[in-house]
Amino acid sequence: MNRKWYLAFLGGMLLVFLLAACSGNSDNSESETDPSDVGEDTENTEQSNDDEDQITLEYWQYSFDSKVDLMDELIEEFEAENPGIKVEQTNFPYDQYNEQVAAQVPAGRGPDVINLFYGWVPTYVDAGYLQPLPQDAFPHDQIEDEFFPLVEATKMDGEYWTIPTAVRTLALFYNKDLFEEAGLDPNSPPETWDELQDYAVELTKSNNGRLEQSGMAWEPAQQGHHWLRDGLTLQAGGQVLGDDRKDVVWGDDPAGLEAFKYWLSFPTELETSEQGFYTDDVTAFVTEKAAMNVDGSFRVGTLQSDAPDLNYAIAPLPGKDDQSTNASFWTNGITSRVEGEKLEAATEFLNFLTSEDVMERWLDATGELPAKEAVAMQDKFVDDDIYGPFIESLPFANAHFFVDETRERDLVIDAANRVLQEGADPEEAFNELVESTQELYDEYWSSK
Amino acid sequence: MKTHHNPSNQTETNQSTTTNKPSLMTKLKGSQKRQKYIFVYTCLLLPILFYLGIRILPTLFTFNVGFRDWNLLSSDAAPFVGMDNYVALFQDEVFIRSIFNTILYIALGVTGQLMFGIIVALLLHKINRFVGLFRVIYFIPYVTSIVAISWVFQWILMGNGIINDLFVKIGIPPQPFLNSPDQAIYVIIAAMIWQSIGFQMVLFLAGLENIPEMLYEAADIDGATPWQKFWRVTVPLLNPTIVFSAVIGTINFIQISFTQVVNMSVDGSGGPLNSTLSIVVYIYQLAFRQFDMGLASAATVILFLFILGLTLFQMKVLTKKFDY
Repeated sequence: MNRKWYLAFLGGMLLVFLLAACSGNSDNSESETDPSDVGEDTENTEQSNDDEDQITLEYWQYSFDSKVDLMDELIEEFEAENPGIKVEQTNFPYDQYNEQVAAQVPAGRGPDVINLFYGWVPTYVDAGYLQPLPQDAFPHDQIEDEFFPLVEATKMDGEYWTIPTAVRTLALFYNKDLFEEAGLDPNSPPETWDELQDYAVELTKSNNGRLEQSGMAWEPAQQGHHWLRDGLTLQAGGQVLGDDRKDVVWGDDPAGLEAFKYWLSFPTELETSEQGFYTDDVTAFVTEKAAMNVDGSFRVGTLQSDAPDLNYAIAPLPGKDDQSTNASFWTNGITSRVEGEKLEAATEFLNFLTSEDVMERWLDATGELPAKEAVAMQDKFVDDDIYGPFIESLPFANAHFFVDETRERDLVIDAANRVLQEGADPEEAFNELVESTQELYDEYWSSK
Repeated sequence: MKTHHNPSNQTETNQSTTTNKPSLMTKLKGSQKRQKYIFVYTCLLLPILFYLGIRILPTLFTFNVGFRDWNLLSSDAAPFVGMDNYVALFQDEVFIRSIFNTILYIALGVTGQLMFGIIVALLLHKINRFVGLFRVIYFIPYVTSIVAISWVFQWILMGNGIINDLFVKIGIPPQPFLNSPDQAIYVIIAAMIWQSIGFQMVLFLAGLENIPEMLYEAADIDGATPWQKFWRVTVPLLNPTIVFSAVIGTINFIQISFTQVVNMSVDGSGGPLNSTLSIVVYIYQLAFRQFDMGLASAATVILFLFILGLTLFQMKVLTKKFDY
């Protein structure tokens, strides 16, 4: 008898919880950030679609705390300014993002406005997942006039498919304490290729041929491959891609090979670096085992939270004949099934996300740089100790057009390993890299 | 379920109409025995429905997808392309490499796992004190998170790790381990073996308990050496356990080689130079990095046939009848 009552009580509690959870969800006008709620969210969307005057936009971005929080705030403001439009935010962890997006497609569900890494955009465009930005709201000449030219990386088939709020560039992070310890002036970071090599050697400590402190962190799998493509190659006067983005011209100019050899000089003849040193470049730099690292503005937040005592500074990437750095960005697109009033709402939302005010707040909250030149190049940003060097680099920043970011990255990693692990001739490894990259591009364009 | 019970219901109704008009309640309730069966079948059916929906039907669907040009992000119809995906896979160097690696993972991993499992079980079978303690120690790796173990191994094995420190102290040059295309796969296999010893140990201990002591006594009387006793008594009688362990170990190995490889390989995707790439990792990359479900499904079908063939082979070759 006792047991029966106990079960009944449990059942009752369960029912109450369920009801509370359901009603909580439908009452809650704020966006959901828990990925496990996706199913329910989508149901809500469908319900509110039946409601004539309420348009609900489904916005997806990856889980990055500062971005998610800021977006929650922005959505609230946007909803206040635009009664009748509701925006629901859904987040997935970065490494599951593509999977989650992909998994929703066959189910006919998914976002209306989606935040994508620019390198993924060609794959999404190719699959017919996105629609071009409406030209009346985003005229091409206006985009080209206001935004940094690097946004052209997602211009394909004569259309802009996405538009970013913010961009990131790579720069040189260096540890001031280790500079001083090695007798180097922490206020004059290396500015040229030769200086970077000299500094790296000075900052390296080895014992019995084993690296104890790396002068220059070197990790092709992290930012290393971007540094090679958009940094070193362009600095030496070379080009990775032809103007039509169909031909890999990396090997046409001796500058390509020169950059590749320079890049490899750190782990080879200079012996200042080692792949996988303290597992990866960021860990090595944070634990003060690496004195310098090429990394992005997106790392600043991590450093501030994980290593508040780390005494570091940032400088633009050392250049050679030219200055150049890599830029990358997360960018917003509208999915192909959005039409009519919903499309108008989505366009309005994109307009809001690319407004000057949002860009400034985005920098403060996430550390990502404004994508519009006029916003970024304000004195208060250019003179900033931390963000200044990144913003300074924006005018000469380049965002490589990826047909397949993962595979292109893997090819660079493989080329490096062929030299480092298998003792291949750098020229041979480089030619192979150019050739296999070309194959990727041929494959991509042949399916067009 | 309905179809199953309809005929019996009808016969009963027919019978009852001839004699007496039955109440609705009796019709619904049926005999108590039948009610009990309905309950049991319902309970059994629910998991089966779930299993059908979540495992069997998607598995069958994979065969279909394998013959199509199916881009996961595209909502357009996926055209039927026949054997194209299979042809593409067998022309793909990386896929061939992943098959080769998977065979290596299984051959070395399962053998090592069985060998060490038997050794540890035999040793534990011989001792009387601290048996519980040792069992716990050997079993702990098996219940520890693979991700955590993988990262600990990475740190132990890195250039400045503790193993290389020891090497340098005793005069051996430091080794690249996970950074080397020649060593990485063996390092990962070793970590996997280390982790699964505990599981195999438990299976073999149970198997050893079941061998009657009198067989050893008889062998002693015949003057058998320990070695002879092992090969003539222990191994044959452990045979069912060995077959079971080998089959389960193989399937397990194919499954967990994913987590291990993703977490231990230098670039997180089977590197360096694809030297640690297993079929499952490659299937994942095809499906969720390149969104090519057609290729991924074709690779999955090949993996299925591979496991099927291997299991049948193991059952045939390893299972022997011993009469005593």
